[in-house]
Amino acid sequence: MKKIASIVSALAFAAIAAGVQANAADGSSWGPGADDANFKAMLKSGFRAKGIATLDRLDQDATQAFCSDPDRANSKESAAQKAKIEADNMAAIKWPSDGKWLGDWKEGEKLAQSGRGLTSTDKAGDVNGGNCYNCHQLSPKEISYGTIGPSLTNYARIKGVDEEAMRYVWGHIYDSKAYNACSNMPRAGYKGILTEKQIKDLMALLLDPNSPVNQ
Amino acid sequence: MRWRKILVPLAVATALGAVVARAEEDKSAQSIEQYREALKDGNPAELYESSGEELWKKPAGPKNVSLEKCDLGLGAGVVKGAYAQLPRYFKDTDKVQDAESRVLTCMSTLQGVDVAKYVNASFGTPEKDDLNAIATYISGQSKGVPVKVSLALPKEQQMYDLGKRMFYYQGGSHDFSCATCHGEEGRRIRLQDLPALATKKGAGSAWTSWPAYRVSAGQMWGMQWRINDCFRQQRFPEPVYASDVTIALSMFMAANANGALMDTPGIKR
Ligand code: HEC
Ligand code: HEC
Repeated sequence: MKKIASIVSALAFAAIAAGVQANAADGSSWGPGADDANFKAMLKSGFRAKGIATLDRLDQDATQAFCSDPDRANSKESAAQKAKIEADNMAAIKWPSDGKWLGDWKEGEKLAQSGRGLTSTDKAGDVNGGNCYNCHQLSPKEISYGTIGPSLTNYARIKGVDEEAMRYVWGHIYDSKAYNACSNMPRAGYKGILTEKQIKDLMALLLDPNSPVNQ
Repeated sequence: MRWRKILVPLAVATALGAVVARAEEDKSAQSIEQYREALKDGNPAELYESSGEELWKKPAGPKNVSLEKCDLGLGAGVVKGAYAQLPRYFKDTDKVQDAESRVLTCMSTLQGVDVAKYVNASFGTPEKDDLNAIATYISGQSKGVPVKVSLALPKEQQMYDLGKRMFYYQGGSHDFSCATCHGEEGRRIRLQDLPALATKKGAGSAWTSWPAYRVSAGQMWGMQWRINDCFRQQRFPEPVYASDVTIALSMFMAANANGALMDTPGIKR
């Protein structure tokens, strides 16, 4: 695997120091590069492992470190690094092993509804949900939906169902950061939140013409 | 205490809602009746406020003294208006402290209480209920007062900067930071509105409304509990109660809220 997979140890300070100009040099007093020792000490004394939410969750990979300073991530100077992060995430996407894109939309709807999984109060081995309705409108019948992401109602009609659309949607669910380095959408496939089968079921929810999303 | 007896069945009734109503109609109806009774005397948060006041004024701990001489930043014994200026730097501890961490300091120094038990207790235990009640009382004494948090001292500015960095710090299985959910105005998770906490407007409405009584949970939550549960949703490990991580985030939100009027105790879904 590429660089992306190598978790940068100790809060990715090394990556930041090597790759980007420290924020402190720009006169700002808060970002990575400013007061690193105290920030590190604060994280160390400020958290404790609870259940499956262990302390290594505080270790950032290169994408997370880059996106933790939004002003810098969006700046012109960071364009090349942003492109590199997107390319690394793109290269990490695993496409469906049997070449089939669509599973069962009924299962997909259940997954989209479920916000469960991976919190300090969930159990190891619990089936994770996709959290999709937390951020997106999907089936028009579901009125309780979030707005952090765009509406995906009628998605098959808007996006189409050709090979290109299939790749685009699979890629977004697997690793949204391949398209937008600092997307707010979790990398469900790359981070192992959802299995290949679950992603197929969600693909069907979005792109199967019989799915409630497309009625 | 009376309010605890009322609030426990209330929590069950509201959390399980219709299911309980069908399965145990009598019991549930009775609980809802108790809820109505409780509301007649004021909002449930106000019951916590008065029990907090009781705890504040009652001699306790190995030294058997009350917390009334506690210095919340405006001088020993001054509670009125103090919450609106917290977090702030305290010389005696050489630390920036929020209301809840300051109460721990006073319990330790004035009353001789070993506060580790209070830090480590889970939310919902009697220890944490007491701290929530005291914080509710203190915040209520700032109702209508404008938030006025100072960043004049280097340690205060430093705490704000650390809080800002924590606010944008992504990690964990979902790549979330506080900013993922609270970074932009007008966003929702399901039907719950998400205040943009880096702005004056968003921080102003959010910061000033906690501690708050959560009707869905039937519990009184201080800001420490609020932050703890958001870290859970963020898929992070658990923040240590009253640690600098939690105080830095509070400093960030409170200073962003400067000028907004305190409206505590709040009441939430
Ligand atoms: C935390 C919020 C969040 C969650 C959870 C989330 N998304 Fe997204 N999603 C977004 C955002 C924001 C975008 C906008 C594009 C971007 O920034 O990457 C997006 C974009 C998308 C797109 C691309 C839309 C387009 O046409 O460009 C698809 C498809 C999608 N999401 C599907 C899903 C599915 C399926 C799930 C559940 C597994 C999900 N999302 C969960 C926030 C979220
Ligand atoms: C995954 C999304 C998510 C993340 C990440 C998150 N929160 Fe929240 N937060 C919420 C939701 C949802 C609510 C509303 C809660 C409710 O109504 O039950 C909320 C409510 C709040 C409130 C109360 C707002 C009000 O107006 O009453 C505060 C304060 C807050 N969050 C702070 C934080 C902080 C600080 C962080 C980072 C440590 C954070 N949140 C991270 C989802 C999130």
